[in-house]
Amino acid sequence: MSSAPAAHAPTTETQQHPHGPGSPVPVQTRNERFASAAHDDFPPVTGRELEWKLTPVEKIRDLIDGELDGSAFPAAVSSAPGVTAEWVGLDDPRVGSAGLAEERAAANAWSSAQQALAVTLTSEEAVAVTIDRTGADRAPRAAHTVITAAPNARGTVVIDNRGSARLSENVEIVAGAGSELTVVSVQEWDAESVHLSSQFARVDKDARLTHVVVSLGGAIVRVNPSVHLAGAGADGQLLGLYFADAGQHLEQRVYVHHIAPHTISRVTYKGALNGAGARTVWVGDVLIGRDATGTDSYEQNRNLVLSDGTRADSIPNLEIETGDIAGAGHASATGRFDDEQLFYLRSRGIDEQEARRLVVLGFLLEVVQKIGAPELEQRLIAAIETELDAVAVV
Amino acid sequence: MSTLEIRDLHVSIETDQGTKEILRGVNLTINSGETHAIMGPNGSGKSTLAYTIAGHPRYTVDSGSITLDGADVLEMSIDERARAGLFLAMQYPVEIPGVTVSNFLRTAKTALDGEAPALRSWIKDLRGSMEALRMDSSFAERNVNEGFSGGEKKRHEIVQLELLKPSIAVLDETDSGLDVDALKIVSEGVNRVKENTGLGVLLITHYTRILRYITPDFVHVFVDGRVAEEGGPELAERLENEGYDRYLTGSTVG
Ligand SMILES: Nc1ncnc2c1ncn2[C@@H]1O[C@H](COP(=O)(O)OP(=O)(O)OP(=O)(O)O)[C@@H](O)[C@H]1O
Ligand SMILES: [Mg+2]
Repeated sequence: MSSAPAAHAPTTETQQHPHGPGSPVPVQTRNERFASAAHDDFPPVTGRELEWKLTPVEKIRDLIDGELDGSAFPAAVSSAPGVTAEWVGLDDPRVGSAGLAEERAAANAWSSAQQALAVTLTSEEAVAVTIDRTGADRAPRAAHTVITAAPNARGTVVIDNRGSARLSENVEIVAGAGSELTVVSVQEWDAESVHLSSQFARVDKDARLTHVVVSLGGAIVRVNPSVHLAGAGADGQLLGLYFADAGQHLEQRVYVHHIAPHTISRVTYKGALNGAGARTVWVGDVLIGRDATGTDSYEQNRNLVLSDGTRADSIPNLEIETGDIAGAGHASATGRFDDEQLFYLRSRGIDEQEARRLVVLGFLLEVVQKIGAPELEQRLIAAIETELDAVAVV
Repeated sequence: MSTLEIRDLHVSIETDQGTKEILRGVNLTINSGETHAIMGPNGSGKSTLAYTIAGHPRYTVDSGSITLDGADVLEMSIDERARAGLFLAMQYPVEIPGVTVSNFLRTAKTALDGEAPALRSWIKDLRGSMEALRMDSSFAERNVNEGFSGGEKKRHEIVQLELLKPSIAVLDETDSGLDVDALKIVSEGVNRVKENTGLGVLLITHYTRILRYITPDFVHVFVDGRVAEEGGPELAERLENEGYDRYLTGSTVG
């Protein structure tokens, strides 16, 4: 007599909240955010605030309030036709063109940075630019970057972060009218690094911004994209993937503000957690403003839990200030492996470990596939595979 | 020459209402080259039998045995069963996001053979099989079953059958949801594999339609978790005309 192996207890919680036109407005309220470049304009951080309460603030006090080294954070920018890259003063007109800091650590970085790296794309032929940052010493530092796509320009900018860092920074992104810009921020820092990155974008009329956050390495990595769909027909595709190992804190707070009519946003973040103390936070705030009629938005976050002792927070918020929208919805799910997927693969002869690898890789690759940059995809697949090699079969 | 032998198989599942016995003493022997059709009412346990053979964790074998050429299948893990030569074409094939068909098939083939297939002949085989089942080559780069129509999923199962070359295959309602042309294409696929590899087939179906293309050597009537009657192809015709009433009278259903 024998029995088949026991199934994993399913721990999936799924929430689906489609909101059609005229359906009741849900969840928590998120108003337009206060923004400033001055540290003191923001009240001291207690760690109880909505935007800080899931962050280990005591471990990053120096970045929130301390003195930061504001000299240029080492970066090498690849050259491409129609692309300029230069260090400019904070008085350069491009600085502040996408907005201002939305919290205290970002404001600290803003007021500390002495130079900004300004990368400007003007080519209507798609170009690819890499901003290579291989890190610095462990002293707390500030950085400021402005990425600008001129009207109708097309291109991809990858901010490639490796090595060691203790960094608070602002990344401004401007997608000019009719432009098609992809910005990818890859965090593959070493195990001790701490990185707070406020990335805020202004998307003008009929422009399309694809913003991607890939967080794999670092002790504490908090990347907060804030996208303002400012021009009619602006389109924001916000993608993210993260893989937290034991002891890692990976946080992403996404804010999408539909300001203009007929704007579109799609937010898709996927994460995997493995090992004791692996911690992820995803907060997705979508605000559809009074004038943003006919907008279409959808945000989702999915987390795959690979071991015990992990914690994934996943908090979608949607606020709609107009009665006239084309669609708005959100979904959030955190769960273990899908046993049916594993069964299907294994029934074709693939052993359990390989089947799990395929499922996790596939789960995360769904996001990678949407980026639409083949060389980068290969590189990210390799990076995720390295993460997976460390995953023990449970 | 392979033989799959199922003896007095009793299988139950855990439900919210407690343990439920589904299979109540199934006996079946399938040899290479033979085609056995199983027909029976909804809920009679046909898919349960199929999944139990494949080793799905949801089902508990309470007693009885399944052997493949004398080896104890019930002692094997899911993937070991596949590597031993068993294959299940599922009634509801599973979608696997982010895993392309070509990656999936190559990984499966490598797992089954213990080594990666020679690239050139593999690509040729893959193309050939997809073409034969009228699946556009673009499917190779799509994610497994994701967004496939019902019929496309079924054809994809038969592509796998052809490429993975099992010795015994269970086809669980592979004909359901196929249009007339697809039914013919899928049937031809199964017949081609039978001819080329001497596959033994356990074909679960509700319709005699597919049995006109894939001629069964034996027909088993499955009722209430066991085989109620066995016969040749003529039995299928009779079931189509008369239904299952005669088997159900007096027996407990569901
Ligand atoms: N997870 C489950 N929970 C409760 N009951 C189940 C579960 N899985 C199977 N069953 C029950 O077991 C019985 C047999 O199901 P099975 O899927 O094997 O039937 P089937 O003969 O394949 O039916 P069909 O012709 O509709 O495909 C059914 O009564 C079904 O409801
Ligand atoms: Mg069934």
